[in-house]
Amino acid sequence: MIQNLVAIFLAAILTENYVLNQFLGICPFLGVSKKVNTALGMSIAVTFVMVLATAVTWPLYTYLLVPNKLEYLETIVFILVIAALVQLVETILKKYIPSLYNALGVYLPLITTNCAVLGVTMLVIERGQADATFGYVESLVNAFGAGIGFLVAMVLFAGVRERLELCDIPKSLRGLPITLVAASLVAVSFLGFQGLVDGLLG
Amino acid sequence: MNDILLPILIVAGIGLIAGLGLAIASIIMAVPKDEKAEAVLEILPGANCGACGYSGCAGYAKALAAGEAKPGLCSPGGEAVAKATSELLGVSGDVEYKTALVHCLGSYDFTTDKMEYDGIMSCAAAAQLAGGITSCRFGCMGLGDCMKACEYNAITVCNGVASIDPAKCKGCSKCVSACPKGLISFVPLKEQAVVRCNNCDKGAVTNKVCGIGCIGCTKCVRVCEFDAVKVVDSHAVVDPAKCTACGKCVEACPRHCITLFKVPEQKH
Repeated sequence: MIQNLVAIFLAAILTENYVLNQFLGICPFLGVSKKVNTALGMSIAVTFVMVLATAVTWPLYTYLLVPNKLEYLETIVFILVIAALVQLVETILKKYIPSLYNALGVYLPLITTNCAVLGVTMLVIERGQADATFGYVESLVNAFGAGIGFLVAMVLFAGVRERLELCDIPKSLRGLPITLVAASLVAVSFLGFQGLVDGLLG
Repeated sequence: MNDILLPILIVAGIGLIAGLGLAIASIIMAVPKDEKAEAVLEILPGANCGACGYSGCAGYAKALAAGEAKPGLCSPGGEAVAKATSELLGVSGDVEYKTALVHCLGSYDFTTDKMEYDGIMSCAAAAQLAGGITSCRFGCMGLGDCMKACEYNAITVCNGVASIDPAKCKGCSKCVSACPKGLISFVPLKEQAVVRCNNCDKGAVTNKVCGIGCIGCTKCVRVCEFDAVKVVDSHAVVDPAKCTACGKCVEACPRHCITLFKVPEQKH
């Protein structure tokens, strides 16, 4: 059981990294990764929202939508729930951690439309349908791992970008182009983890 | 009928619950807004330049409203803003005008480059190589980081040294933080003698690398009747509060690195 959870957690971080392997959540990945500090704050907020969203959407789907045969409402209900949750997180941050609230700025509302969050909530349900042992706890662990994976990708990339700042980049590549090139190289490096988790725990 | 009604009810119900939850949360966790600070923020120019020493206009407005800061620190706003804020807050506000000054005169007439620099045209980059590209390790390299930082086109780089036009300087301090050598600092906007050298090496070393650098000979100290000049870290420093702009130190300086600062006409 625990070994299974660890495997899910590690897989979500390394082999199934939502940003670098499944290319979800690219907007904050490129937008907030200029500094390690804000990248860290943003990823923690995303992790929090991911776990919270999964914790709410999974029971909603399983105990409300499925018995009523309303599986097709999945997307719209999930978007609704995530939007409300992000708003809640924003209110909480504004009250208790204003420095993080200021640092995140416009990107906090952007978590609402962050496809990584929606992706995590929908993909865990898809996985649960394919594999009966993938239940609520596994979904939560997967969501947490996805958030940590987002954090790892963000912080790594922020470090890369901080070094890029000091480089003499050809004029035509400055700004977003070199950032995208760097992002693709970081994503390629994550391909190296393929099969690692199975080899470790399998 | 049920096929349509049930989904509508479920989605509307979730929306209603979420909306109510958010409304309650926003009431419970409402952040009290400082009305005074908001009013002050309206008056401030909104340039967010940081000349006041606070993090942008919002930070300054907050400090003003809390009574922690004095009005008149806002250089871009000048007298009009100082007057408006002091009226609003009911305190007196005298404006301290100041201007940024480059404390170096080491143009190519007096210094040489010790290397042929072919890197990024930025002082910050050049300063990492062997203490900078100019012969004097404290001197202006003239690659214009301050010029790029200035939003008011007040800075020009000519013959390897930057100079700031006090008529255009708004005192926003962007150049101060841009200079990797720390050569730019504020002086009050009044007639005074200023030492245009920041070299902390001993006189003999300074003499080798620069034709105009202060060698710390203390002639200016002896000639000053108002005790305004001191030699600190092997170079002279004028205390602007004591200086009367009599010009004696300017005449006495054998290196001509003390100049008389004049207030530009339109700033009186």
